[in-house]
Order: sequence, then C-alpha cells, then structure tokens
Amino acid sequence: MTLREIVETVNATVLCGEENLDREVESGFASDLMSDVLTLLTDNILLITGLSNNQAIRTAEMSDIQQILFVRNKVPTKTMLDLARSQQISVLVTSYSMFKSSGLLFAKGLKPVY
Amino acid sequence: MRLTYVVTPGDFANAGKISSSVKSLLKQLNIPPGDIKRIIVALYEAEVNMVAHSYGGEITCDIEAEQALVEALDVGPGIPDVGLAMTEGWSTATSEIRELGFGAGMGLPNIKKHTDELEIVSGKDSPTKISMKFYYRGGPS
Repeated sequence: MTLREIVETVNATVLCGEENLDREVESGFASDLMSDVLTLLTDNILLITGLSNNQAIRTAEMSDIQQILFVRNKVPTKTMLDLARSQQISVLVTSYSMFKSSGLLFAKGLKPVY
Repeated sequence: MRLTYVVTPGDFANAGKISSSVKSLLKQLNIPPGDIKRIIVALYEAEVNMVAHSYGGEITCDIEAEQALVEALDVGPGIPDVGLAMTEGWSTATSEIRELGFGAGMGLPNIKKHTDELEIVSGKDSPTKISMKFYYRGGPS
C-alpha cells in the first residue's frame, strides 16, 4: 500500500516527508525495542512505535526504514524531525494505539515481517 | 582507509552519529547496499553499547576494497562473562538505557548475526575490544 493509504487508514498527521506519500510500503513492524528493529533485513518497512526519542529515528536510519508512524500522539521533538528530514524519513503521528494501528493496517494489506 | 572516532560515555543524544557518518562514507565509496546495512547495524549496536555501558573509548573502521574491519575498544569496565552477554535476552542495562529502546539483551547477538567474523576480548575490570569483520557479498539491502 502507499504511504498515503497508510495515512488515511490510521487518520495520521504527516509531520515531515509529505513528498513521499506515493511511496509503496510493503510491510509493517511494530515495536518499542530498537534492537528488535535492528534485526530486520527486509526493505520497504513502516516502523510503528510508541518510542519517541532520537534513537527511534537513528534506528530507522541504520535499518534503511524510510517511514515511521508514532502512535498514541507521541509527537516527536524538533531535533527528531530535523534528523528525519536529513535522512529523507517520513514521520507520521496518530492518536490510535499501536494495536489498533497495526490491526487496521494489517487488514488493509500491509504485510507482517515475520 | 582508516577512520577513528571517539565515543563519549553516557552521551545518548549523540549516540548514532558515528554510525551515521560511516554510513554516508560507505555509500560514497559505493559499497554494496546489503553490506552497508550489515556493517552499519552492527556498528550502531556497538556504538550504543559503548555509550551505554563503557567509560568511553574509540571506534576504528578500516574500509578496504573487499572487506571492512570495525573495532570498538573501550577503557572498561569490562564484561565479566562474554558467553553470558552473548545470550539473547541477557542484559545489565539501566532503566535509562531501556527508555531509549535498548537494553533488551539483543545487542551482542545482533552484532554476531550481522558480522562474518566476530571476536570479543574482555573481562571484569578490563577494557573490551570487539572486532567485527565483514566480507562484501554484494547485492541489495
């Protein structure tokens, strides 16, 4: 599904990377454990997380993840957004929980990694 | 090409900067994307480990045409039982480290997964030296 469809599905706000909304995203991975994220070798992933700090953006950067969805209105700081912009990472935020976001996106066809 | 970086203990705000710099450089050198990912994920885990657990140290990267060697050398306090530290889920992380999304006991096992050759030399009250060797395999990430 496209990033635009993801935004619509979880009623998200796009905080940066609006220019990438037509990008195809194949699978999703929901975790607050960054070491867990770092085990992934799959591409075209949406990271769904409630962990709002610099390391969430850094982990995405190291894992070549180009889009992050922060759940439960965990709005990232300006430093995090600047870092995301510098790495061309799109940042979305939703009021939905990690469970609800994952469920809705899975139902719409976003694939699990494992 | 040899690059050396100093790691400041406890500087969580900047943890990942070294890995980010090395990643940019590897891209400029046209190292295969799949190999960049393996190197960088292992380096990032080592960098975060050093920030979180050590008294500081240095990371050295030797980037060559067919392989890369990354060495993380700190000044202590050392890992008393390296075998135990390699066990998935085993961790000595503080709550501060866990709040950052690390400390799940996956760091060293993750490094092992991504390296072709891994050597860890440490001990109680000793420096820790982690040597990670990567042979480029080519291919996408």
